[in-house]
Amino acid sequence: MSDAVLVIGGGIAGIQASLDLADMGKHVYLVEKSPSIGGRMAQLDKTFPTNDCSICILAPKMADCYDHSNTTILTYSEVKEITGSAGDFTVTVLKKARYVDAKKCTGCGECTEKCPAKAPDLFNMGLGTRKAAYLYFLQAVPRVALIDQEYCIRMTKGLTKDGKPRCGVCKDVCQAGAIDFDQQDEEITLNVGAIIIATGFDPYDPTSLTEYGYRRYKNVVTAMEYERLICASGPTGGHLKRLSADDRDPKTIAFIQCVGSRDLHHNKYCASVCCMHSTKEAILANEHDPEIHSYIFYIDIRASGKGFQDYVARAKKEYNVTYIRSRVAEIAQDAGENPVIWYEDTNSRQVKSMTVDLVVLATCMVPRTDAVGLAAITHTALDEYKFFQTSPLAPVDTTIPGIFACGYCQGPMDIPESVAQASAAAARAAEIVS
Amino acid sequence: MQALTPYKDAIDIVKEAGGEAFEQCYQCGLCSGTCPWNLVTSFIVRRLIHQAQLGLVDFEDDDLWLCATCGACVARCPRGVEIIDIMRAMRNVVAEVGAAKVPDSLRITAKNIASAGNPQGEAREIRGNWAEESKVKTFTEGTELLYFSCCVPAYDPKVRRIAQATAGILNKAGVDFGILGAKESCCGESIRKAGNESIFQSLANSNIQAFTESGVSKVLVSSPHCYHTFKNEYPALGGNFEVVHTAQYLLELIRDQKLKLTKELNKKVAYQDPCYLGRHNGIYDEPREVLRSIPGLELIELPDSREESICCGGGGGRIWIETKKGERFSDLRLEQAIEAGAEILAVACPYCMLNFDDSVLTMDKGEIIEIRDISELVWGAI
Repeated sequence: MSDAVLVIGGGIAGIQASLDLADMGKHVYLVEKSPSIGGRMAQLDKTFPTNDCSICILAPKMADCYDHSNTTILTYSEVKEITGSAGDFTVTVLKKARYVDAKKCTGCGECTEKCPAKAPDLFNMGLGTRKAAYLYFLQAVPRVALIDQEYCIRMTKGLTKDGKPRCGVCKDVCQAGAIDFDQQDEEITLNVGAIIIATGFDPYDPTSLTEYGYRRYKNVVTAMEYERLICASGPTGGHLKRLSADDRDPKTIAFIQCVGSRDLHHNKYCASVCCMHSTKEAILANEHDPEIHSYIFYIDIRASGKGFQDYVARAKKEYNVTYIRSRVAEIAQDAGENPVIWYEDTNSRQVKSMTVDLVVLATCMVPRTDAVGLAAITHTALDEYKFFQTSPLAPVDTTIPGIFACGYCQGPMDIPESVAQASAAAARAAEIVS
Repeated sequence: MQALTPYKDAIDIVKEAGGEAFEQCYQCGLCSGTCPWNLVTSFIVRRLIHQAQLGLVDFEDDDLWLCATCGACVARCPRGVEIIDIMRAMRNVVAEVGAAKVPDSLRITAKNIASAGNPQGEAREIRGNWAEESKVKTFTEGTELLYFSCCVPAYDPKVRRIAQATAGILNKAGVDFGILGAKESCCGESIRKAGNESIFQSLANSNIQAFTESGVSKVLVSSPHCYHTFKNEYPALGGNFEVVHTAQYLLELIRDQKLKLTKELNKKVAYQDPCYLGRHNGIYDEPREVLRSIPGLELIELPDSREESICCGGGGGRIWIETKKGERFSDLRLEQAIEAGAEILAVACPYCMLNFDDSVLTMDKGEIIEIRDISELVWGAI
């Protein structure tokens, strides 16, 4: 029997579940695949309907979670195997080599500054580049750098004719002596009594909706890309710009709802947060530049949460946001790389076109691709959309006793709901390990 | 707003055609925004669907006859509403229940098909006349392949060249094939979409009987419309034949080296995806492969191609209804092809050929661009 709990996924749900359990005196192992905890919420600029700075309200929780005496945070790590049953699970975790000694690294950023190799910046949704020696993002927790072995010159290029490594700048400049090219992946075995799955979502790739021209047209971006574009810590420093070479500031923005959602060719379900995040994004645009006029193309506005309807009303009244009832049929592009939207305005019953500066696709959110693998490892059932299966009167219980699921990995929900579920999952797990 | 009369029985017919998905239409307007009619005039598809949902169809509305059944809206509809089936059912209520008046040209065509077995109203006996020059035999028991030319090339001298080129190629490749001539009837695909279900049933039964009696197992067709109905609709009526379109068959002959394309065609060619070959049946690559096999030919893509292709305007019975100048999709498409620098617009459907030939003529573009069926281009390269 073990009185520890394993939490898989270090987004807001995993962090909250860990904090609750740690505060109850239970030991928590939080396993996170990426180099930092924080998850999707860390990538958002603001949260609805309060327009709180997302990372500002998240960062203290990240720090609390990391610093808590009852937590062990395993970032850049993946769960490989789980055996046993409720009360006594044995878990194998693969802790991938960062090539940086976490105990020595101070997160000063010197290695990043001097590193000559560039890689796509995945935290910024691939917009812009970062270095091969990098900190996952500015407020990363733990604040420990790592080296991307796919892009590191030393690790990809082999030795010179004289048998010397081709690069090692990071090692040379690191005053803490933290760089360790000999570091190896590590396998860690944990014994826990309960498991909480909180693996979250991936944005749905809208490339297959060819009619919207994503990837074909530079000024058609996804909502997650937009979040990074408008965020002060994003690739443009928060200066909202078009992605075409003209670099122009957009003055008209169209937000297209239900992209790949409520659509039997893609995902049948409603992703539940897009009406609100598009409203928020349109408000933010206008806060950045009062000349910006946004248009939200929707089928029906689902503003069913505390303060949501007021938020929509305020967007219309105070932030120059126009809502147009229509599912957009097609996006074309004019000679100036401006997206041209074709739609039926269902109120006036006319097919119209509108030329805008920027289009933001509110893409569906789907369970992380590795949910399937994790379900196989844990023997838990997934539903038809690959969300972890739960039941109405046991909304955080998976199909396996002792294993719980919270947040977007088990169904569409927003941040407060994910947090509530995380606390519920923590309470359910605590029942087992007490 | 006028009061609309609900016809209960009529509405039931329409609702049944729409099935469950029809109930789920959430009125998003994607269909209207997708419909090519809105490139030239206003056609709010969503409105018709909504009226049908409410049981308040205005059967006198001319809009009922606009849909060319190109399938662009159906391909995108997020709720899987079979919009074409609903259009067909609404037209059926007019054509066979008599809820309103059928457009004159369509009424005459339906009469021709019902009495003569072809839309032109020509004698059955002369259906095979096109084949005399090409020395095509009559299909008999044991012949490998039935070539079903479609009524348009069979009777219309303007597009007879499609059938003749195809027969020429088959002869050259040494294919054992024949035609059924007077025993063939119109495939019925388009008249069914125009709402004449009973005429379709009788045409299909007549063809199935003729094919079966003659021992047909494999049919080669020039028209994607024949292809569609033979392949997807005849099986439900007991007609199970292997169906191939010329685009597929020509590619097979080329790949098997039964055809050697040696004569160069140093021209830029754009290809028009016929709706019933492309969107309705997913055949996009074979015709392009065939064109690429012609030496010297430079294949160019039109701005809206493959799944996004714009209809010529000839489906759903529209081929028999006059479309006003300024509202013809084929005119728009022809302009696109010219702008793209095409010297030839290749087609793979007799309806496309009729409409585009007409556009070339009325827009006076004959010196800039020509319309050729892929079979003609292959025939010219041998």
